[in-house]
Amino acid sequence: MAVIEVRNLNKWYGDFHVLQNIDETVEKGEVLVICGPSGSGKSTFIRCINRLEEFQKGSVHFCGKDIHARDVDVNSLRAEIGIVFQQFNLYPHLTVLKNVILAPTKVRKTPKGEAEDLALMLLERVGIQNQAHKYPAELSGGQQQRVAIARALAMRPQVMLFDEPTSALDPEMINEVLNVMKDLAREGMTMLCVTHEMGFAREVADRVIFMDGGQKIEEAPPHEFFSNPKSERTQLFLKEIL
Amino acid sequence: MHWEVVWRNLDYFLWGAYPDGPLGGLAVSILLAVLGIFGAFWLGLAAGLMRLSRRLWIKAPAVVYIEVIRGIPILMLIFWFYFLAPILFNETLPEFTSALTAFIIFTGAYVGEIVRAGVQALPRGQMEAARGQGLSHVQAMSYVILPQALRNMIPSFVNQFVSLTKDTSLAYIIGVNELTRTATQVNNRTLNAPTEIFITIAVMYFIVCYVLTSTSRRLEKHLSRYQARDR
Ligand SMILES: Nc1ncnc2c1ncn2[C@@H]1O[C@H](COP(=O)(O)OP(=O)(O)OP(=O)(O)O)[C@@H](O)[C@H]1O
Ligand SMILES: [Mg+2]
Repeated sequence: MAVIEVRNLNKWYGDFHVLQNIDETVEKGEVLVICGPSGSGKSTFIRCINRLEEFQKGSVHFCGKDIHARDVDVNSLRAEIGIVFQQFNLYPHLTVLKNVILAPTKVRKTPKGEAEDLALMLLERVGIQNQAHKYPAELSGGQQQRVAIARALAMRPQVMLFDEPTSALDPEMINEVLNVMKDLAREGMTMLCVTHEMGFAREVADRVIFMDGGQKIEEAPPHEFFSNPKSERTQLFLKEIL
Repeated sequence: MHWEVVWRNLDYFLWGAYPDGPLGGLAVSILLAVLGIFGAFWLGLAAGLMRLSRRLWIKAPAVVYIEVIRGIPILMLIFWFYFLAPILFNETLPEFTSALTAFIIFTGAYVGEIVRAGVQALPRGQMEAARGQGLSHVQAMSYVILPQALRNMIPSFVNQFVSLTKDTSLAYIIGVNELTRTATQVNNRTLNAPTEIFITIAVMYFIVCYVLTSTSRRLEKHLSRYQARDR
């Protein structure tokens, strides 16, 4: 069963048709990379999947269940879907460790000790084990984003959404975050990544989609996407960013 | 100068006729201020959060309350509770209770605006991150938004509470036996030392407000350690 199935998704902001007839199916363990120019609707698209944005037409199914079904609780849905933002959005008043255990202890009601053990393990996995008791502002951007990834993973999500996770980072910190994401991909995490890191896409993506003006213009496995883009707009876009 | 007048009545200024008679003077002013601050904080928190709601039936009462109260002088509220309460409840409220109610309702409206502004000033990403992890609105408010917002609000709160402390002197008008009223009483009795008396109570008000501001400054510093490290 597909983890995520988007059918004929349409969204308007007033008169502005921001998402137009988007169809997409993501199977378990798949890595989907979404790219496209600024304002094309990439963020809006992935935020529709965990209902951070609502849409007017079409449907999204998560593990076979319509996310707008009456018996779907939005908080339980979001607990299963990790999201990582461009601006990290760590909780600045909490230490790194507390950032990671907040949702597990409050949403999943995991006992504190157990949540901390998992948190420390995840922090080690993203290479921040020694900073658990620091505050986010004491970390570099790359470290903060890795904490944000650990925080999302602490809910043991079925799928991870990434919204330009490296766009706010200094160049020398991009790879430390991408490496964590590549490891995740190789371990079989289902991922939807909005990113312009084409090296990442080439290495771990199963499919790359190109969006423009709210539409999905092109979709292909990475080698095909990069070597032989069909649409002119994709070709232009690739020329600009590569 | 007749400073001995002040000296002889110092205990009366500080706590009225207590323990032989009712509590009065500065003690009552502080009691009004502390209870007023406590009540106004919770009322204002509720009003501010309600005003932020997207549901009209939650938001509307808060908007009306905040806007109406902010357009009325505090003295009117004090009179209102004193003279209208008997008509409404068929029972006179004690002066202290009327005054306290007026102070809580008045200050609560301003606290409500401070809360609203404080929550709105936080980056949107904080709420999104919290809700995005599956926290409910109430959980996100309690664990993520308010702990940050309340810290940022401390200076505005303190301003409001210093005003309230000074405004407690208005309770004198309906006969609450607080500091200003005890001073007037002593002045009417002695008649020869108005300057000394009113300098003394001014100093007392000043000290209370000063303690309030400096304590809050220390509190603020203590609570915002994590921000100081921000780059
Ligand atoms: N709340 C909103 N109200 C009105 N228009 C909006 C709103 N949010 C986004 N938009 C518009 O919708 C379009 C798509 O926005 P979106 O953030 O999804 O783009 P994006 O592809 O993620 O761009 P970027 O690369 O800059 O992040 C943009 O033109 C944006 O201006
Ligand atoms: Mg975006």
